[in-house]
This record gives sequence, structure tokens and C-alpha cells, in this order.
Amino acid sequence: MRNEILVLQGITKRFPGVVALDDVSFSLRQGEVHALVGENGAGKSTLMKVLTGMNSPESGKILIDGVSHSSLTIQSAKTLGISMIYQELNSIQMLTIFENIFFGREYKRGGLLDRKRMIAEADRLLLEFELNIPSTRKMAEITVAYQQIVEIIKAVSSNVRILIMDEPTAPLSIDEVKMLYRLVGKLKEAGVSIVYISHRLEEIFQIADRITVFRDGRHIATHDIGDTNEESLIKEMVGRELSNQYPPRVDLPLGPNILQIKRLSTSKIKDVSLRLRQGEILGIGGLIGSGRTELLRAIFGADRILSGEVYLGTRNVSIKSPFDAIRCGVALIPEDRKQHGLLLKMSVEDNIIFSSLKKFMKGLMLNAAQISDAVGGAIVRLAIKTPGPKQLVKYLSGGNQQKVVLAKWMESNAQVYLFDEPTRGIDVGAKYEIYELMNTLKSNGKGIIMVSSDMQELIGMSDRILVMKDGQVSGELKRDEITQENILKHASKKHLPRAMEWREEE
Amino acid sequence: MKINSRTIDMKEYGIIVFFLLLMLTLSFVARGFSSTENLINISRQVALVGIVAVGMTMVMISGGIDLSVGSIIAASGVTSAYLITQTGLNPVFAGILGVGVGGLVGLLNGFLISKLNIPPFIATLATMAGARGLAYVITEGMPIYGFPDEFAFIGQGYLSFIPVPVVVMILVFGVGYFLLNKVPFGKYVYGIGGNEEAARLSGVNVGNVKLLVYVINGLLSGLAGVILLSRIMTAVPNSGNGFEMDVITGVVLGGVSMSGGEGKLRGVLIGVLIMGVLSNGMMILGFVEYYQWIVRCFVLIIAVGFDRNIGLLSSRMGRTSKLPISS
Repeated sequence: MRNEILVLQGITKRFPGVVALDDVSFSLRQGEVHALVGENGAGKSTLMKVLTGMNSPESGKILIDGVSHSSLTIQSAKTLGISMIYQELNSIQMLTIFENIFFGREYKRGGLLDRKRMIAEADRLLLEFELNIPSTRKMAEITVAYQQIVEIIKAVSSNVRILIMDEPTAPLSIDEVKMLYRLVGKLKEAGVSIVYISHRLEEIFQIADRITVFRDGRHIATHDIGDTNEESLIKEMVGRELSNQYPPRVDLPLGPNILQIKRLSTSKIKDVSLRLRQGEILGIGGLIGSGRTELLRAIFGADRILSGEVYLGTRNVSIKSPFDAIRCGVALIPEDRKQHGLLLKMSVEDNIIFSSLKKFMKGLMLNAAQISDAVGGAIVRLAIKTPGPKQLVKYLSGGNQQKVVLAKWMESNAQVYLFDEPTRGIDVGAKYEIYELMNTLKSNGKGIIMVSSDMQELIGMSDRILVMKDGQVSGELKRDEITQENILKHASKKHLPRAMEWREEE
Repeated sequence: MKINSRTIDMKEYGIIVFFLLLMLTLSFVARGFSSTENLINISRQVALVGIVAVGMTMVMISGGIDLSVGSIIAASGVTSAYLITQTGLNPVFAGILGVGVGGLVGLLNGFLISKLNIPPFIATLATMAGARGLAYVITEGMPIYGFPDEFAFIGQGYLSFIPVPVVVMILVFGVGYFLLNKVPFGKYVYGIGGNEEAARLSGVNVGNVKLLVYVINGLLSGLAGVILLSRIMTAVPNSGNGFEMDVITGVVLGGVSMSGGEGKLRGVLIGVLIMGVLSNGMMILGFVEYYQWIVRCFVLIIAVGFDRNIGLLSSRMGRTSKLPISS
């Protein structure tokens, strides 16, 4: 057996009112990928904070190379070669790639920055990691996937030995995920040990050597990857049987068209036509950058429409802003909840009523009683876990935050729901509830358009799928044609032009 | 979650305790500080800052700032003065038009910020210069005086024993509270300050809400300008100089976040009172005006420092760091 570079023994960490980690043990061997799974609140994040020196545990030991520490500081974690790639990337957008890589440890010559040497070294590293871009590009100009790789390069080039990756594939397209896997392989070869946090079990089986399950702040089990399977992992994660990841499909006779768009173009999409019927979930597949999100934004009036027509029911409508869209009964559940979906500093109640405030007016004023009735009802109906309606929404878990976004639109009586990555960063149990809510909307005669990078989800939930590529629809799959192969075939019909790898200019 | 409500409480609580301690100290060390006469005097001094602070609170909750308030005070004051003395206009109408001038400058601020996307700091820095210039142009740099005596009522009069400006301030706080808490507009202001893009994607007409916020602040500054004119019965183009300093300090002291999305008017009222009590106390204790500026410097720094470090405290406890929250 390879030697254990890191051992955690009996780690306990309390926060007021919660035991975040309860006598937890964990070990990491040199050059292994050790996946860490568990629902939100299971204690993964806290454990990582202990490892990166952001939290000190109340009790327990941290052994690194056999040397015992009772806690780490951010500085000592760094010195020991522990580094973390955050889900929300930490790069400085306005600086160049090489400036980011060498940030805080710049090469100098005679007290001045040695630009030449840094660029040369950065270019070499980029090439080594298969990134064919000059290191003098600004971070803001490259895709999220590339930014992530740059962060990994930054960590690796500063002699990292333990690399923690938090949901690294969440923002990546299929091709980019493959690139990331190759990169992880290279890091392993170089003897780097990786703690890999992910909600996507199928990728864990592709990449991990061992897997540890946490639940409610406790260590539940550690397996060699060959000794377990998805089903039993899910059981360990949720602590109960969860027979299926997707609720049974709701099959309804489809109603009339609820939304139709004809040859819609913006600066990001070209001539897109589609129709959506009542009680239908229309999935949108495609790679990142294929224009899926932009299609939703166009329908929602968030991007300027250059040409084309939008019909709601049979009515031709002009949507120039989200304000118009919402008045027409269109709702967007955006990919990035925290940035675009929620008012984090405001309460659950304020978030839920935010798009339908006019409805709650009584004379000149908002009617507090009517509001609290409606919000109370929504909290029960959607099973939102919150201590109360006045709780700030930033303290809810991802799944419950997503439910708040949904509740907001249901309150505004939206008819067409545009979901962009509906379950990103949401744990297994809550995912299921979101799917059930989508089915409820469906049975109530609403229409849903769903963009998803999660192939299983796309296949599991869609009644019909449009695949996009280069801002256009490249194929349509009816119910019985939906397979992973078909989606991929349409998504990558031709070789992707190089230009697609750059973020389009704003 | 508990930690957060405690932080907010602590902030509000802290400011009230500070205010009470300040009052207590001054009533011991400053002779005559706690006399009824002096307290009424303080309230009158506070009134103008308080009126503008209501508008500034909205501006800052929406995530902006308005540096032009002091210049608006001058511009609207001299406009009223000019209309009364040069055209013989009824002082009531002249006063209303003076307030209107404030509204116009506010409209310009709002337009620059919400339609042309100029950052609030820069837009209002520009109109701060512009409005001041306007005041100088109208007066040609000379003071204007000679108003009918009735005009003194709004600045110097009393309703029973309460000075009229104080009555106006209380009304303005009432209306401000209503707007911020009882109608959709207020929710939108908080929402925009907290996360502008999310507010836009929730269907809020962000541009119009911001426009209205700056117009309100302009109108209130104009109102303050007319009251000031009535109080000193002389229009000078450099009146209200540095006024933005007092207002912003009071608002920040009252717990309104510089980054927007948070803050309450009742805190602001205390913040403004602290500013008034402090300068009154210093005056009684014989501080020369010059030193008062230096004290203001410290008060502003301490207020913001307090705000930022309470935030830091809660992030040390693992609540607002970069990692996703796990409970």
C-alpha cells in the first residue's frame, strides 16, 4: 500500500447550534484520487476548511507525513502543500493568465518584475496541460473551464501535494470534463493526492480510487471504488432507500402550444425556432457555449432580440426586457442562483413575493397578512426547509434556495418556466424534490424548457429534446429517439471551430 | 443564522448605547448641554441633515451615493432667493420652485446613473460641481437678502414648542419609512442594492427605480436648501458646503451598508442625532470649527471601521467565507 500522506483522526468541529463534524476520520494516500460525497450539510465543506486552515477543530489530530498538528492555519496549510480549487473560482478577472499563475510569488529581477520569464514559464505550463492559448490573455477572456485549469496550474506550479477540488466539473461541458480527467491523471502520476468533492456519482466512478461518504457531520463509510456502486452510495448518503433518481414520468396528453418562437436571433443565437406545449418538458442539450443559456435569456428578454417572433399561446408578443417577459407569464430559473436568481441579503418572504408585489397591494400599502398567508402556503407546498419566512435566504441550502426561486415564479403565476441547470450544486435528495416540482408544474398545464449539462437529467426528465450547436438548433429528438449517443451526435456534428473556445465579446 | 441576527442587533444596539453614553457624558462635562433650550437647538440643527439623510439612505441602500446634496442646497436656496427678490414671486411658490430645482438636479443624477451607466460617485461628483456653479452664476457671487418676514416661518418658526424644520424632518422620516417598508418601491430599492442583476431578472425596472431614488434625494436636498435660506434669510452661493459629509457620515453611522442592500431609517435617525449632538457638544466645550472637521474625520472612519469589522467577525466564525455554506 502506498503511504498515507494525510490522516485525520477524530476531528470534531462545532458551530453554535450545530456539530458540523463529529469525530470524523479520513485518510489520503499519495497519488490517489479520493472522492468525498454527501448531501449539503454533511460536513464536506467544513472538513475542507479544516484542511485549508480556515477553521480550527475543537478536537482531533491532523497528521501530515506522520507529523501531528492540532490545527492548521491558512499559512501553514499552504507551506505544507495543501491547495484548494474552489467551486466559485478565485481568479482575478482583469489580470492576465500568467499574472494569475504567479500572483503573490512573482519572478523578479533586480527588484523589478521579470515579465519575460513569467510568460515563458506560464506558456510552458499551459502547453503541458494542453491549453493552447497565450498566457498574456486576460482571465476574463477565457472560458470558465480554462480559468479552472489555470487555477489548477497555479496550484501545481507552487508545489502542491494535496489538491482539493470542489465540484470541478460543474461548469464544464463534456469535452472539457474529459480534458479535466486527463489533467487529474497527470497530477496523479506526478504524485499529487487529490480530494475530489462531487455530486455527480457517475464521474466519481470514472475518476476516483477510493470514496468516502459523509452524512450529518459523520463519517459513514470509505470504500475502494471497485467495492461499491451508485445505488449503495446513494443509500449511504441519504440514509434511506431512494429507489430512483428521477420521479416516474408524468405522461399527459399534450395541450395546445403555450410558447412558440420563430427564427429568433440575438447576438449569440441564430434563427432558432421552437414550440412548447402545455404539460411538456422540452430539454435543450448541447455543449457549453452552444447558445443554450443564451436562448433562454433571449426568450426572457434579458438579451436584445435582433429578429424573430415570439408567440405566447396564439398571441404575438414583443419581449424587450425581463419585465415584459414576466408580464407575459415567462419565468427564468437561472443557472447561477446566487448571482441571478436570489436576493441573498433579503428574507425568504421577500424573495418569494418579489416578482408579484403588486398583487399584494391593499390600497396604497402592501398587505402584510396576505403576504404572510401566501408565503406560509408556498413554504409548505414546496417543503422549503427554513426556520421561518424572515430567515435570510443566504442561509438556506442550495436545494431550498432553488425552491425559493421556484416559489417566486409560482407566486407570479408564470405559465412558461425556463430552467437553466435546475439542479446544479444541489444534493441528491433535494434534486429529487426539484424534479417532482417540475412534474407538478407539468401536470398543472405549465410549459417547461430545461437546459442541462447533466446528461442523465436531460434524458430522465425531457419529453423532447432540442440539441444546440453554435447558436443554432442542430437536431430535435422525439421521446423514443432520446439517447445519449443521439444527443452527442447532434451536439458535435462537425469539428468545433477554434473560435468557439473563446468567450464571445460582450 | 443566529449569529447574523445577533450581528444586526449588535450594530443597532451598539449605536443606541453609544448615543446614550454620548448624551450622558456631555450632560456632565458640557455646561448647559442638557437644558431644554439647548436640546431644542440641537434638534433644529439636526433637522436639515436629517431631511437629506432620508434621501441619502435610499440612495445608499440602492447601492449608490450622492455627493451633490450640498451643492443642491445652495442651488435651490439661491434660486428661491432670486425669484423672490428679483421677480417678486410669492415666497411659497418660490420655495416650491427651489425644491423643484433640487428635483431637477436629482433627475439629472438619476439619468446619468441609470440610463448612461455612469457610476454614481462620478455622476454626482460632476453635478456637485455643476450645481455649485449654477449657484454662483445666479448670485454672481454676491449674497442675496431682503425677503418678506413671513418667509422666516419655515426656517425659524415653531409649532407649539417644536421648531418647524424639526416637524418637517419628522414628516420626511415618516414618508421615507412608508416608502421603504410599506410599498413595492422600498423592496425594489433593497433588492437592487443587494443584487441588481437578480432584481432585473425578477422583473424590476431597475432604471426607473434608481431614477426615482435620486429624484427623491434631489427634492429633499432642495427642501433643505429652502429651509436653510429661510433660517438665515440670506442666500449665499457657498451654503451647504461639505454638507454631504455630515449626511453620509450620519447615514453610515446609522448602519446603512456602503455596499447597499442593508440599512434602516431608525438607525439613520440615531446616526444623524449623534452627529448633531457631537458638534453641539464640541461647540459648548469651545472647540473651534476647524477641529470639528478633524473630529468628523474620526467619526466617519470609526463608523465604517466598526461596520466592516463586525462583518469580519462573523466571517471568522465561518459564515460568509468563500466556501459554500454547509448547514
